[in-house]
Amino acid sequence: MTIWLIVFKSLRQHALSTVVTAFSVALAGGLLMSVWSIKEQSEATFTGVNAGFDAVLGARGSKLQLVLNAIFNLEASPGNLAWSDFLDIQRNPDVELAVPIAVGDNYHGYRLVGTTLDLFEKNEYAPGRKYALQAGGNWFDPKRREAVVGDFVARKMNLKVGDTFHPFHGLIFDEKNQHSETYVVVGVLKPSNTPADQVIWIPLEGLQKMSGHDPKLATEVSAVLVKLKADSALAGFQMDFMYNRQGNRLTFAWPIGTVMAELFAKIGWFNRVLTLVSYLVAIVATASILASIYNSMNERRREIAILRALGARRTTVFTCILLEAASISILGMLAGFVLYGIIFTIVADIIRAQTGVVLDPLKFNIVMLWAPVSLIALGTLAGIVPALKAYRTDVAENLVPIS
Amino acid sequence: MALLEISELKKSFLNPEGFDHKVINVKRFILDDKSHVVLQGESGLGKTTFLHLIAGILKPDAGRITIAGQAMSALSELERDRLRATTIGYIFQAFNLLQGYTCLENVLLGMSFGPGADRAFAETLLRRVGLGEHLKHRPRQLSIGQQQRVAVARALANRPRLVLADEPTGNLDHKNALKSVTLIREVCRENGAALLLVSHDREILSQFEKVQEFGAINNISQEETSL
Repeated sequence: MTIWLIVFKSLRQHALSTVVTAFSVALAGGLLMSVWSIKEQSEATFTGVNAGFDAVLGARGSKLQLVLNAIFNLEASPGNLAWSDFLDIQRNPDVELAVPIAVGDNYHGYRLVGTTLDLFEKNEYAPGRKYALQAGGNWFDPKRREAVVGDFVARKMNLKVGDTFHPFHGLIFDEKNQHSETYVVVGVLKPSNTPADQVIWIPLEGLQKMSGHDPKLATEVSAVLVKLKADSALAGFQMDFMYNRQGNRLTFAWPIGTVMAELFAKIGWFNRVLTLVSYLVAIVATASILASIYNSMNERRREIAILRALGARRTTVFTCILLEAASISILGMLAGFVLYGIIFTIVADIIRAQTGVVLDPLKFNIVMLWAPVSLIALGTLAGIVPALKAYRTDVAENLVPIS
Repeated sequence: MALLEISELKKSFLNPEGFDHKVINVKRFILDDKSHVVLQGESGLGKTTFLHLIAGILKPDAGRITIAGQAMSALSELERDRLRATTIGYIFQAFNLLQGYTCLENVLLGMSFGPGADRAFAETLLRRVGLGEHLKHRPRQLSIGQQQRVAVARALANRPRLVLADEPTGNLDHKNALKSVTLIREVCRENGAALLLVSHDREILSQFEKVQEFGAINNISQEETSL
């Protein structure tokens, strides 16, 4: 009780340095936890997102670009493939489902994707889960200019069933490139927390034949989403060999998770830099605990001498300083969790707005255990040097005045 | 009955030139239980060092200090800390109150290193010294005289058998100094504590029945002190 009173009083007496030092610990802890947690969760989520498909077939080019374009609605399409290519892979006995998609238009920056109803009616984007419509909506009629809007787009653009809109040409919004066609919103998807939430879905033919598009390309598609049969263990290898090694016209991106893992391997250096920055901040935070308490020792020598003169043991004053360092670290880590929540929420919002992928700040990551424990331990260790100074304080010398 | 017995007590410090500066050389000193004694002497004679030695804040080079039957020299530092907390109350010239603590907390803190905090007794003591209305005031919110009374209450908080007072009136005006010493003596008497007070104020000395010249008990020659 006495020790905690002394610690509390000291923290309060040095409130400014306590707050500044605790903030540096918070910064270190918050950064470390958010960098680590976002890195691991996004890697796990992005490599796990496949919209229910095993592979993407597209024009010859980068597998990563193909997956980013077809699954995550990012990047430009590497090119088109002929309708016959779609029919070929659809007829392949090892393929359970093949869904063509076409891209090339947007509505205020949100991508329009042309597809068939198979995407909604036959495909499970996650085991046991199909895309579903919010109340009052219908799937589009493939022969009409109708659209089903992803939940995120509907909320951002305030689109609801019955609304009409004109698409814009290209993947980047430019108000000068408005198409003349009018589309009617016939349905809004229930939130799926997948990239599908970021898209306006229209009939494949509608996008292919949009005014201003090259009529020669009207039968082509941007990519084909492919689901292999579960009992065809070697099908992926065979098709990989067939399209990527033997052929030179198309690219078969399989498996999607592995392709996405390449992305994280490519940006691994960035994560390492961020982690290194976090470690450096942790070192600076530890040093600042040491410096702030150590620097205050001169003004505290008299106080320590008084405590000792009142009967406090050397170990008592030593423990007080150590607990003070630990308390600053604990306060810092509590604020660190708040900072983590803020950083994670901002980053998760950006990722969700860009990709539709949802990251959960409350999802436990082991860093939430080891980062606070390590920083509190480091902070407490930093208290040893000033604590030793307190331990060695000469009582008589510091009880002024001496006659 | 003797509460404090000192024999052959010696203490010296190294001066900046590296020579031993002998400060204390007391052959024999006895303070009876519940007695009130004042030591008089000019500044620089080692009176504070003498009190620090008795309190166990300083370790003597030689000699023996026995308080309530316990020989200080035979005690470990830990035991000396304990003895100081439980048996000795110390009123410093500069009061040495902790500025971040209220009056009550200053007294309670002094108790906590001894037998334990007793809030009711702490409040009783502070009321006794006239600070009942200032329990939650911090030292800087009090006058010098009031601060000194907090120091008195703190020194008495653990019901010590011996109270050491080092020039306790040094920072007070004449009128308040006399009132203050009267209060210290009264409170010591009420709590059954012996008092060893250091002062060179003649008015203060005149209040005590037993006055000892510190120079007479501390056998340091002029050459030694000037070294």
